[in-house]
Formats: sequence, C-alpha cells, structure tokens
Amino acid sequence: MLTSILEQLINGLRTGSIYALIALGYTMVYGIAKMINFAHGDIIMVGAYTLYIGIALLHLPVIPAMILTAVVCSVLGVLIEKIAYKPLRKAPPLAVLITAIGMSYFLQSMALLIFSSTPIPFKSVINLETVQIGSVHISGITIITLLVTTITMVALTLFINKTRAGSAMRAVSEDRGAAELMGINVNKTISMTFAIGSALAAVAGILYICQYQSLRPTLGALPGIKAFVAAVLGGIGSVPGAMLGGIVLGIIESLAKAYISTELADAIVFGVLVIVLLVRPAGLLGKKKLVKV
Amino acid sequence: MKKISNKQVWKNIGIILISYIAVTLLLNSGLLNRQYTSLLVPIAINVMLAVSLNLVTGFLGELSLGHAGFMSIGAYTGALISLNLGKTGILPEPVAFAAAVLCGGIVAAVFGFLIGVPVLRLRGDYLAITTLAFGEIIKSVINSMKITNGAKGLNKIPLYSNYKNYTVVFILMVITVLAISNLMRSRDGRAITAIRDNDIAAESIGIKISHYKVKAFAISAFFAGVAGVLYAHNVGILKPGTFDYNKSIEILVIVVLGGMGSIPGSVIAAVILTILPELLRGADNMRMLLYAIVLIAMMIFNNSRIKEGLMMNRTVKKLTGKGE
Amino acid sequence: MALLEVKNLGISFGGLKAVDGFHITIEEGQLYGLIGPNGAGKTTVFNLLTGVYRPTLGTITLDGKNLVGKGPSEICKSGVARTFQNIRLFGKMTVLDNVKTALHNQVTYSGISCFFHGPSYKKKEAEMTEKALDILKVFELDQYQDTLASNLPYGQQRKLEIARALATNPKLLLLDEPAAGMNPNETAELMETIRLIREKYHITILLIEHDMKLVAGICEYLTVLNFGTELASGTPAEVLNDPKVITAYLGE
Repeated sequence: MLTSILEQLINGLRTGSIYALIALGYTMVYGIAKMINFAHGDIIMVGAYTLYIGIALLHLPVIPAMILTAVVCSVLGVLIEKIAYKPLRKAPPLAVLITAIGMSYFLQSMALLIFSSTPIPFKSVINLETVQIGSVHISGITIITLLVTTITMVALTLFINKTRAGSAMRAVSEDRGAAELMGINVNKTISMTFAIGSALAAVAGILYICQYQSLRPTLGALPGIKAFVAAVLGGIGSVPGAMLGGIVLGIIESLAKAYISTELADAIVFGVLVIVLLVRPAGLLGKKKLVKV
Repeated sequence: MKKISNKQVWKNIGIILISYIAVTLLLNSGLLNRQYTSLLVPIAINVMLAVSLNLVTGFLGELSLGHAGFMSIGAYTGALISLNLGKTGILPEPVAFAAAVLCGGIVAAVFGFLIGVPVLRLRGDYLAITTLAFGEIIKSVINSMKITNGAKGLNKIPLYSNYKNYTVVFILMVITVLAISNLMRSRDGRAITAIRDNDIAAESIGIKISHYKVKAFAISAFFAGVAGVLYAHNVGILKPGTFDYNKSIEILVIVVLGGMGSIPGSVIAAVILTILPELLRGADNMRMLLYAIVLIAMMIFNNSRIKEGLMMNRTVKKLTGKGE
Repeated sequence: MALLEVKNLGISFGGLKAVDGFHITIEEGQLYGLIGPNGAGKTTVFNLLTGVYRPTLGTITLDGKNLVGKGPSEICKSGVARTFQNIRLFGKMTVLDNVKTALHNQVTYSGISCFFHGPSYKKKEAEMTEKALDILKVFELDQYQDTLASNLPYGQQRKLEIARALATNPKLLLLDEPAAGMNPNETAELMETIRLIREKYHITILLIEHDMKLVAGICEYLTVLNFGTELASGTPAEVLNDPKVITAYLGE
C-alpha cells in the first residue's frame, strides 16, 4: 500500500514537473503580455513533431535534434506573437483570447494536414534503466524528467533574477508603460519572453513524447489546458507559483487516477481549477489586484 | 418610431415565410440530393447554437468555451426521455418529443444557472477557462455514468427531428431566434449589453450584474439544450466525445464570423459554415484550418485601422446627414 | 435632517490610508463642492459613497438610512447616482439606449415580456422612450439619440453621462470632474446646465473639481480634501481665504 502510494506520488511528480514547465510559459507570457497564450499547448505538439522529424527522418543524433526542437519552437513562438498578437495589443481581451484560440486551432490543423490524424509511433530517445529503491520502482524517464525540470527551473530563476534581460522582463511585467519610459525595449522583451516560454514548451514536449511515445496533432491540447490550470492554481504571473502549481496538479491527477477513477481524473483536475478560482482567485502564490475606477 | 417597428415585424415575418416556403419547395421538388437534405436539420441546430452562444459571448461579452457541454446535457436528457417514454409507448410520440425538448432545455438551463453562479466571481480570461473546464467536466461525467451508457453512448434514439419533420425543427429555430432577438431589444437585454460595455457603470445605474449574468448563462444554456435535443433526434446516436471542446470552438467560429452581437450575422454564418464543409467534402482537414483562419483574420481585421476607417466614414456620413 | 451624513469615513489600501476621518454633511437641495489637489482622495470618497469600495471605518447615511455594506446597484436604488472621471458610457449602445438602460429600475416589466413583446412591453417601452427623450432634451442631446455613444464628441459624452445618471431618479447626484477636458465656453455652459437640472429635478449635487475658481462660482459650500483628510470646510469665500488651503494649493 505504502509502496503504491509512493510510486503514485513519484508518477505525479513526473507529470507535474512537465506541467510545471508548460505552466511557466503561460505564466511568463501572462505576466508580460497580459494574455493567455492559448496556442502554448500546441507548441508542445510542434516540439514533439520536430523531434520526430529530427530523429526519424533526418537521422540526427539525439542532442542536435533536441537543440533543433528548442530553436524551432522558440522561433515559432516569436513569430506567433509578431503575426497574431502584436496587432492586437490595444484590442479588448476577448479579441486577443479568440485570436489565441484561433492560433491553437491553426497549429493543430497544420499538423493534421501535414502528418494526418493517424498516431505516429515514436520510440523514446531516453534509455535509462529502471531504478529500484527499497520496494519502489522509479523508471529512467522519470529520473531524467525530474532532473531536467529541476535544472531548467533553477536556470530560469537565475536568469530572471540575476541578468539584465531578466530584470527587463520583471520591469515590463510590473508596468509596461514605465518600463518603456526607462528605456527598456518592450517589443524585444516580449519577443524574448515568447522565445523562452516556447523553448520551455519544447523541453516539455520532448519529455512528454518520450513518455507517451505516440504523436498526434492534438497531443498538446490536454497537457496545455492542464498546465494552464496549474498556472492558475499557483497564481498566474508568478514563476514559483507555476512550478508549485504544476507539481501539485500532477500529484492530484496521479492520485485521482489511481484511487478514484481514471475516467473522472480529468473532471477532478478541472474541478480543482474551479474551486481554486472561487476560493482564492489569485492562486496559491499570486497577488490580489484591485480594479481602478 | 412606432411605424418603423411595425415595418420591422412584417419584414421578419416575410423572411420567415419565404425561407420556410423555399425549404419546402426545394425538398419536394427533388432539387436537393440526399447529401443536402441531410444538412437541413444541422443548419437549424447550428443557428440555434450560434444565436444562443451569441447571447453570452456577443451581448454579455463573456467568452464561453463550454457551449457544447450544455448541448450535450440537452441531448442526453431529451434522448433518455424519448427512449424511456416515447419508444416504449408510455407517451404518444409527439408528447414524448415535446417533453424531450422542454426537459432538455430546462435541465441544460439548470446547469447553465449552476455554472453561472460560481462563474460570476470571475471575468475575462478566467471565466473563459472555467467554462472550458465545465464543458470538460460535463463530458467526463457523462462518460463515466451508467444511465448515459458511458463511452459507448446511446443509440436507436427515435428520429423525431430528422429532415422529414423539418417543420417542427424550423419552428423551434424561429422561436429561438425571435426569443433572443426580442430579449435583446428589451429591458433585460439592455442590462446585459450595458454590462458588456461597462460593468462598473452598469452597476452604478442600479443594474444587478450577478442577476443578469446568471440569467444570460441560463437562457443561453436553455436554447443550447434544445438544440442538443434536436441533434439527438436527428442522428439517433449520442457519444460523449461528440460534445468536446472542438464543438464549442466550432460554434464560436460561427458567432465570430457572423459578428459578435449580431443575430442576423449568426444566422447567416451558421448557414454558410454548415454548408461550406459539405462542399469541401474530402478536404475535411481543411475545415479546421479554415476555422482557424476565420478566427484570427476576423479579430485582426476588427481591431485594425482599416475597420476603424470604414466605421469612421459611416459615422461621419450619419452625423452630416449624407447617405441613407 | 441632512440628506447625506458621512462620519469618520476611512479606507486604507495595503496600509496606506487613502481617506481618513472624512466628514461631510449635505443638506437637501445643496450644491456642494469637494475640492483638493490631485491625488487627495476625492474619487476614492465617491467610490466609498457609491459602494465600489467598502470603507474600513465610518458611517454613511442617506436620509437616515445606512449605506455602508450595500453594493453599488443597491446604493443607486437608494437614490445616489454618479458620473465618472474617466467617462464610462455604454459605448456600443445608442445615446437613447444609454438613458433607457438607466431607467432600468424606474420603468419595469416582467422577464417574460422581454421575450414576448406583448401589450405591456409596448406600453412600458413607449413610456421609457418618452422619459429618456425628456432628459436628453435638457442636455440638447435628443438630436443624437440614434448615434452610438462612443461616436459622440467628448463634451457631449460628458453630458450624456450626467443625463444617464439623472435617469435613475437620484436624490443625490455625484459628479466627478464634469468639466474635465472642456474648454472655458463648454465649461460655462455645463455649469449653467448643472444649475438648471438642480432646479428642474429638485436634486442635491456633490461635485468634484480641482479647479477651485470654477467650483467657487457655483457651489454654496465647499470641503477641501488633502492627503485623504479634510483640510477646510465652509462657504467658498471662507475656504478660498484659508491660509491652509492656499498653502496646499500653492506650496509654501
């Protein structure tokens, strides 16, 4: 019993850390562009397909293929912002949200046109033996996932807090107008945020596909939405919040799947979102904002 | 003032009669092949879905991504009623269908109300995501329930609302469109639009925002539920997967293309976007791409300088009395 | 008994006292001015009076009835209407509909009638239109009745906002910098209209302005606010000669 709970917790930690990586992208973009980038989940999908192209079609070695994936996703993220979101910076939020949904649909349908809806099997590029500690089994992919997410998050935190570019990002997120007056290039900062967020999604995509080993055009939709739930749970706009939210959500999902019902697990995850928004709309680590009249 | 409104009423009656006669002629003359007759009911259903979603998204100004959820509640409720009461002969068929339509609408409205209440505390992006979450919750609950037959779904639902009974479908569609367009030209409708335009100002002139938001959600859900009942009795089979996020987006695309806050727009867009994919048959994958492009292009166009310029010209003409 | 009595009103945002120990007593029929430099907390006082913010301290009574804890829509029903410093119209609605919307609680009919436009709908709608046009005429806005509110020129938008507030049939009308952004001619004309509506509708008016000369011209009584607290109160002559007020405005 205890072993099974421990294994479920570790599973949750693995899924949760993938959610956390994706949630970081939502949260950073929300902090800076004040919008929900609905297409963010589909970047994961693009990342997964890019990795597949790199390895199965171009026969690249693993590391260059991964770098290619990150670069493609970053460029795509920046392009999406420039083409679809930038013209709408002064538009009502509803218009931006609808555009973002359109973008998400666009990416999915492009993948559908190119690769068709039949799932493509993809063998994991991470081959590590399962480790046994006591009676608990931890798969190689879990270890790699936890390792990669931890390193990524530490690097991101250092980047945001210790570098000039990072402090520009914080400034724009605090007050875009004032940041502009202080000579910060807002457009560049927004582009950079989209690039970093999309690169994180690429990493998430790689880890995700190595675990599920099957490519579909819609593969990014559900983890995308769940990661959004994680971002809200942690407090949207807050970087540590996204990490915490992702992990908490992953664990909730994993326990719900194991001990309540597989079919209802999604309902429970979304139920968590609704409850959080009602009880503590600012999320676990978010700050409450007052509407100015 | 009064004269104009009477003229409007006659014009509407004219449009309704002409379209009804046109449909009847087309059906009976045999000009329509099977492929197109099978589109009649889906067109009406999409009109109802789009008009009802327009109430929440176009007029109240809140993006709802869970409209398919309300549709599914109506569909399942209606189907269960006619399977258990109509098909078994407990009630005569027309009565059973009437009960199915009414109950489907009401149960969906109750859910609309239940969802509307917590959603009140949220706005904008958060609200949109919450409606999406609700849609998904409804889907997975239906998927795991016994009475709805889980993932296998319901089948052999009596076809009370297929194209042979298009008169009933047409009447229900007209009722939906008229009810919502009347609502928008009334005290309640103005309150709803006022909340969209400026909620703080709406509150300051004595409008209870929570009341009208919940009301709009419930009414919208009611008609989506009725559309769901028609859907169930047109295709005869229900599967929880049909009513997913993509279905909600499909309805949203219709509303956006027709123009948010425009009822005639929703009707025309619903007709076009139901027929078009059929014309593009074989290129089903293109349909999603088309939807995506419609969403993005409409939003960018609506907020661009070109549109602003066009609108400016119109206003100037109106104010200076030229034109018209 | 005074129409509006506010005692010891205070609110703080995250430890910062935006308004502190604020008192005001307004008699029925008065035209009262609330002035003060920018950031003194004038609009915050309006937001407290209309229920947008909930005070941390103090009491507000209108006609002897408590207003603290009520929401904005209830406070409007009790008889307080307002305009906003940054105009808040229903932009995508016509000028006429803006005012008709404000008649929401004045002329009512059932929710069912909203769907089926029966006789009671027609009668009540006609009554609403008539009432709304009456108010629009006072502001000479009736010629624009079918224009979208957002397409009105700026000065007319300010007037429409006052018309809309009046349509709620208030006892007390709060005007937040009604002349902001207007040229001297428009301002003079607006002040005339304000005097006129007070006579015509027998209402009490509380007005925010930071331009002291302007307020001194029409208000009978003034309160000066500085840093969230009352600096001085009295007739315009008394207040304008108060050394504290002069210092606050001109600096040492």
